[in-house]
Amino acid sequence: MIYREAGQFKTSYKADMAKFPILQDRIAIWIYLVVAFVFIPLFGSDFFINSMMIPFLIFALAAIGLNVLTGYTGQISLGTGAFMGVGAYACYKLTTIFPDTNIILLVLASGLFSAGIGMIFGLPSLRIKGFYLVVTTLAAQFFLEWVFIRVPWLYNYNDSGAIEVPQREAFGFIVTGPAADPSVRYLVVLSLVVGITWVTSNLLRGHTGRSWMMIRDMDIAAELVGVRPLKAKLSSFAISSYIAGVSGALLVFFWLGAAEVESFDVNHSFLVLFMVIIGGLGSLLGSFLGAAFIWMLPIVIRAIPRVLGLDINASTVEQLNFVILGALIIFFLIVEPHGLARLWAIAKQKLRIWPFPY
Amino acid sequence: MDWLYNIVVDPFVQMGAAPDFLLQVLWEGFVTGTLYALIALGYVLIFKASGVFNFAQGIMVVFAALSLVGFYEAGVPAWLALILALGVMGLLAVGTERLVLRHMVNQDEIILFMATIGLSYFLIGAGELIFGGETKSMITTELGLPTGSTVIDVAGGILILQHIDIAAAVIAGILVAALGFFFSKTRIGRALRAVADDHQAALSVGISLNQIWAVVWFAAGIVALATGIMWGARSDVSFALQIVALKALPVLILGGFTSIPGAIIGGLIIGMGEKLFEVYWGGLMGGGVEGWFAYVLALIFLLFRPQGLFGEKIIERV
Amino acid sequence: MNDMNADSYVTEDGRTIGGVVMELKNITLRFGGVTAIKDISFDIREGEIRAIIGPNGAGKSSMLNIISGFYIPQEGEVWYKGRIRPPIKPYQVAEQGIARTFQNIALFEGMSVLDNVMTGRVTKMKSSMLAQAIWAGRAEREEFENREKVEKIIDFLEIQHIRKTPVGRLPYGLKKRVELARALAAEPSILLLDEPMAGMNVEEKEDMSRFILDVNDEFGTTICLIEHDMGVVMDLSDRVVVMDYGKKIGDGTPDEVRGNQDVIDAYLGVAH
Repeated sequence: MIYREAGQFKTSYKADMAKFPILQDRIAIWIYLVVAFVFIPLFGSDFFINSMMIPFLIFALAAIGLNVLTGYTGQISLGTGAFMGVGAYACYKLTTIFPDTNIILLVLASGLFSAGIGMIFGLPSLRIKGFYLVVTTLAAQFFLEWVFIRVPWLYNYNDSGAIEVPQREAFGFIVTGPAADPSVRYLVVLSLVVGITWVTSNLLRGHTGRSWMMIRDMDIAAELVGVRPLKAKLSSFAISSYIAGVSGALLVFFWLGAAEVESFDVNHSFLVLFMVIIGGLGSLLGSFLGAAFIWMLPIVIRAIPRVLGLDINASTVEQLNFVILGALIIFFLIVEPHGLARLWAIAKQKLRIWPFPY
Repeated sequence: MDWLYNIVVDPFVQMGAAPDFLLQVLWEGFVTGTLYALIALGYVLIFKASGVFNFAQGIMVVFAALSLVGFYEAGVPAWLALILALGVMGLLAVGTERLVLRHMVNQDEIILFMATIGLSYFLIGAGELIFGGETKSMITTELGLPTGSTVIDVAGGILILQHIDIAAAVIAGILVAALGFFFSKTRIGRALRAVADDHQAALSVGISLNQIWAVVWFAAGIVALATGIMWGARSDVSFALQIVALKALPVLILGGFTSIPGAIIGGLIIGMGEKLFEVYWGGLMGGGVEGWFAYVLALIFLLFRPQGLFGEKIIERV
Repeated sequence: MNDMNADSYVTEDGRTIGGVVMELKNITLRFGGVTAIKDISFDIREGEIRAIIGPNGAGKSSMLNIISGFYIPQEGEVWYKGRIRPPIKPYQVAEQGIARTFQNIALFEGMSVLDNVMTGRVTKMKSSMLAQAIWAGRAEREEFENREKVEKIIDFLEIQHIRKTPVGRLPYGLKKRVELARALAAEPSILLLDEPMAGMNVEEKEDMSRFILDVNDEFGTTICLIEHDMGVVMDLSDRVVVMDYGKKIGDGTPDEVRGNQDVIDAYLGVAH
């Protein structure tokens, strides 16, 4: 009976359209935010924050970006890795040229470059539909990978071809570079992720989001009802790539500390796609769940042999990772193509009537 | 103006200046193209019969080759290893049909595509677990394939043709002819085309989807084995191959997803185009353009002909 | 330019039918070697209910597709509100005030009924992306205003009880009603209905007929519908166009058309 909504009447459209119409959900969100902003930095170990929370948040953001494009607008993309790269390299160049500007602003600005490039590579989506679009995004992915290597200006003519993150400050704290405290980095990442998620959810519930979903469900009917295909598709590519770009900049500046082209290769595109599939296409919550799942999986796999007392070497763990991941993807697609988000919704549904079975 | 000359005129000048080199480049491209075409053929088979783009085709090639070499290294004579490898692909086909396809009969094609991505990851992991991650060499001579090369005098210079490449082209040709015949003239071939068209309609006339799919995936497995052998003979067997398999996408776009001759033509165009571009224009751009040229070519192509070279014009109905 | 108010008149039941709002002149439509529509001309008056009837394959849906901008005819002109209409995109046609339903339902299966009807408002919702992104007052107000209008239509078509249901789960008859709601949400000048009664039983047909008449009566919407059920056509429409094999074989009031020998032959399958 915890989850009963009886007695919660919505007496206005505003209440009905609120993001979390059920009171219990609203309380839950506040709890999550308090835990995330207060408890974790205070009580979490550096290892936990550094190796789990920060990358989880960053990839959740990338998954949200891809979800906008693939889950909500139906344009399948295998270029996420490259768009993350654009954001990362853009941020690197921006901070090289403007070393004294607040790095957080630069991170937000670097997303604009990804958005621009995303729109260019999104133009073919006006002619090319469905599955064929994969080729366009692969073209973007491989072309941009090539650019990241062949344009030395991007990595400041560094011999190794890699970019190294300089120490930068924001609001009086050291936020990037080896001297930055993990909790500080974590809070920056968390704030940006929460902020961008909020903005995205606003876009999704307005007519922009509806236009995206119309294109996804039936693009011909959408146009006949009055959606401008150019505007809808390009805006989707733009927003999606912006978010991917920001996540790429965060990836390098607030987690890896350094990067090479491999950090943005096609395998990362697949990784984010898996997060979106497993988490649930067309679900913001799903992006978080999928990222958490895929991020936790290798850790769990590595932990189990230790728990069981077996000794398995690192590469075997990697391989098992692939095997289990592949099997899980198939499993999810068969059993619950709408992913973890749907399972969560079903669980909530059951909670509504618990302890009764129906 | 210098760069304009460099891009538009100079490459052709170079081509004309050394025609034997040009022929060599074209031949290399032709050979790569044949291999692309073979990979593409596997995709076409499965797509033709089940409407699924089997992302796992690339890894199936690697898996097939690894099985073959694995059996041989375990002490089995080459001819038996070949048969056993075919058996492995057969098992894989049946397993895939039973565990994956059967449960996804009415799903969207995007969902099926993503399932095959999952399958490919699974096979990558499994392959590395079973066979180990090191690169292996193909048992070329043991299979009776020719090594060595022929040198031809041509156009004022020489052209070197590896026998293995000629063999690859011949084998590809035979496979294409056999598959083409199979699809158009045999009863099972017709059934496969019916299934590709409409699952439910095919069921209603009594075609067993499960059997058909198992057959088709097995056929794709045979093609994968052939591809793996030929590819491995040229450049060793490793997991890097399955990224190369992504190149089949541009091939399929040019040739059409359901056309067997299209796969060949598409493969050759991509193979030769890529080589030509890399050799004569790649220098201007710093090299390494082979990584993306095929995709950009396919992209440009799609802009003008969204249905590909051989595809049917998409008429949208409301 | 056509004089819009020429010859407006009042019908027996008190409705005002205005001048010509849309005219199709000498329309020819070809698909490769097949001529789907051959030199057809007819007009639609403001406020009337105009039916297009004819045997299967006569080209009726293609005609509707031309009106909604989905097909561009190879020959002929489309005149709308007194001006010739150049070949424009479907979304521009929608922006001009023409909405439609589809023969095979074209609802957005991933959304609820409410959301589907809200999609009909897309041409009316103008707040910028930035405003939506921060959910500025303007964006919120626009969303509520449109929600209110949509709720009125949902009431009107009596689908309140299913407003949160995903449309995929609805029975066929209700889906058709949701599609009508979506078209109405656009507050169209002309409403195109492609076989709105197809697949319905007698009760459902009566309901749908009542809704169509109500829409025409209350909102003054011009309606152009394709329909096979002769009874419905004769009862509902002010004027009828009859098509067969891509050609027009009849044009007039239901009574006039009913007595037309060509029309009778076409329906009886007499070779002509």
